[in-house]
Amino acid sequence: MQQIVKLTKGLDIKLEGLPEKVLPKCPVPQSYALKPTDFHGLTPKMLVREGDRVLAGSPVFCDKYRPEIIFASPVSGTVAAVNRGERRALLEVVVAPDVENEFANFTAPDLSTATRESLVTYMLSSGAWPFLVQRPYGVIANPNATPKAIFISGFDSAPLAADADYLVNGEGAAFQKGVDVLKKLTTGKVHLSLCAEYPANTTFERAKGVEIYRIKGPHPAGNVGVQIHHIAPICKGEVVWTIAPQHVIALGRLFAAGVYDVSKVVALVGSEVKKPRYYRMIAGASLSGMAEFLNETSDEKKQRVISGNVLTGENVGIGGHLGFYHNEVTVIPEGNQYEMLGWIMPRFSKFSLSRTYFSWLSPSKRYRLDTNINGGQRAFTITGQYEKVLPMDIYPVYLLKAILAGEVEKMEQLGIYEVIEEDLALCEFVCTSKIDVQETLRKGIDLMMKEMA
Amino acid sequence: MNALRKFVDSVKPNFEKGGKLHFLHSTFDAFETFLFVPNTVSVKGAHIRDSIDMKRTMIVVCTALLPALLFGIWNVGFQHFLSINQEVGFWGVFGFGLGKVLPMIVVSYVVGLGIEFAAAQIRGHEVNEGFLVTGLLIPMVMPADLPLWMLALATAFAVVIGKEVFGGTGMNIFNPALLARAFVFFSYPSFISGDKIWIAGLTKGEGVVDGFSGATPLAKAMLEQLPFSAMETQNMILGTIPGAIGETSKLAILLGAALLIFTGIASWRIMLSVVAGGYLTGLLFNAVGGNAYMDMPAYYHLLMGGFAFGAVFMATDPVTASQTNRGKWIYGFIIGVMAVVIRVLNPAYPEGMMLAILLMNAFAPLIDYYVVQGNIKRREKRALLKVQSS
Repeated sequence: MQQIVKLTKGLDIKLEGLPEKVLPKCPVPQSYALKPTDFHGLTPKMLVREGDRVLAGSPVFCDKYRPEIIFASPVSGTVAAVNRGERRALLEVVVAPDVENEFANFTAPDLSTATRESLVTYMLSSGAWPFLVQRPYGVIANPNATPKAIFISGFDSAPLAADADYLVNGEGAAFQKGVDVLKKLTTGKVHLSLCAEYPANTTFERAKGVEIYRIKGPHPAGNVGVQIHHIAPICKGEVVWTIAPQHVIALGRLFAAGVYDVSKVVALVGSEVKKPRYYRMIAGASLSGMAEFLNETSDEKKQRVISGNVLTGENVGIGGHLGFYHNEVTVIPEGNQYEMLGWIMPRFSKFSLSRTYFSWLSPSKRYRLDTNINGGQRAFTITGQYEKVLPMDIYPVYLLKAILAGEVEKMEQLGIYEVIEEDLALCEFVCTSKIDVQETLRKGIDLMMKEMA
Repeated sequence: MNALRKFVDSVKPNFEKGGKLHFLHSTFDAFETFLFVPNTVSVKGAHIRDSIDMKRTMIVVCTALLPALLFGIWNVGFQHFLSINQEVGFWGVFGFGLGKVLPMIVVSYVVGLGIEFAAAQIRGHEVNEGFLVTGLLIPMVMPADLPLWMLALATAFAVVIGKEVFGGTGMNIFNPALLARAFVFFSYPSFISGDKIWIAGLTKGEGVVDGFSGATPLAKAMLEQLPFSAMETQNMILGTIPGAIGETSKLAILLGAALLIFTGIASWRIMLSVVAGGYLTGLLFNAVGGNAYMDMPAYYHLLMGGFAFGAVFMATDPVTASQTNRGKWIYGFIIGVMAVVIRVLNPAYPEGMMLAILLMNAFAPLIDYYVVQGNIKRREKRALLKVQSS
């Protein structure tokens, strides 16, 4: 029997630029990048040098403190650049791809006979381990731990998010293989959450060996953290893992064919995209070839190219690269202009959760929102706002205050194990005082990890 | 617009770090952001943000106050001419009221904003918008005849002692506007209690009609001149009764409440629970009985004095109220209960709303503490059950 979870709190932000479900060819990317910044709290240690040749699946760097976790090159080619930022922090390793992508060959263990250890070792050595994200903290899973369950969210409710059903289309076999692997990694169940509003893709529906849950409600219903909270909340000392559908598929390929193939379907969306559509890309691909698909091809100051969605994504610019975990590239206008007396004007084109603007008059209208924060930063003043968009039994303001005060015990009591940034992203969106919620939460999680280590 | 923007851009460097007028940068910021929504873009976290900001929030509250304020201005004139039995046209009545109320608003804003600007400057913060509302609320909870110097003193007290010493908007414990009223109430009681002070010009007593009392419904209830006639009840709803400037018209306040609830700016939970608390306590007194005041129909409590105004505009101040939704129910309910209890049982203070809200302001953090503690307990219990079952 499938269980239904109904959520009432949350907010669907309707933006212009929904992708059309077609899959045209995209320009061949000139470079690929593996970015340590895609993985929270990672201190990388380089394993290759500029000019080295790599195959798709060859190690590029590893975690300095957990060297068994390696990060593999997404494509074959030559290491073209190692870009560093402040204090020589590694920002990205750029690979110039070969014309013909060449995979490193791995020998997959036989699932029916292999021990859990051998699976873990295989995943670690082939660069697939970073697919697994651990809760609490939202960091790469600890290979020495055994999770009580593994959660897969089969839909993404974020604004303009890529349709997960479309992403997994025709990948049924690989998805099932991936699920079979996951089942061996946990002592508990593998949970798959689907949207209750419409029947999901057959890939999801036919998956065997998973507990299917149907989640009903607005964003953040598709966030795996919210789903965990309602299916089996995390208590102190417990660990669960999460993995995105496209990585389940990549995992399946790794076990079926012995190749590290992180190609995925990615949506190019947003109001500044001429024709929002899906493209098949490989993780880490350069986005510069996408420039021709945008309204404004030349002026960087007029638009923001985001790897990921508008709530949690990263501003990479048109010269940037697709993130490791991201399924969409969103392009929205920059909001770096003044607006005369805007705060008192009717502003019919603006969107707000509150009814102080007129967006409530047209609930199905799609908006072209820019990056202006629409006001100045203030102290916490308006109450009850965050709670409207957080479908969890958590008091976000109290949690954030505990973080600001650095009270580790309070943070733990107030439920910091159950949330990561994306879960509170909407709180940040609706905040009247324009407080940086996600950054504060990450600081709290970092502090927590330091204290618990 | 472009010319204005160019002008602002041209003078801006003077106020930036190193400029001649840098010491005035908070003031400049305040005026610049008043004229233009800043061009700040998101750097961290969510790339898009809701269009609401503090200015929008505060202007909505001010708009919600407008019906009560306009009616109050008219009523000041109406009551005055009623007391001297003079027939004057609408604009004459309104004009008289405006002559009384406008100076009060100006004094309140000038004093309060002056302190706010100075405080922001000293701290190097942006000027906060909170006083836009407070500055309007303060005159509205005062009698029309209050001397302006007293109003100035009360405002200064409220802003400095009530707000700035705690760290400014968002950090205060007590509602500043009520604190201003409490200041007058305890420092100059004869100017804010009694029968005569609620009508402009009545204390001077020039040309007052013989036998005109000027007593508010609250005072009448106190003296057990009950029950009210249908006419009196209707006047309490419409607001053609003596009282503090903004509090008399329940209809105007209801309009404001509707706007606040509809826009989602103020908490309907608080408003509803205050009303429920007050009404149920009234019913309880009915059941106990004993004197005419106790036997009075419970709904009178909602119509008399500052109950409605307090419930809609004062108790809902997000900074000084409870912050959790469950806490808001408790906080509001006790305000309603306390207000009626003080009114009925305490002969010294005819109006209990102000004290009830200030009292609960002090207890709001405690209520929240227990609500949040409940959340913590639930989480601990869940963990404990897990341990036991495994």
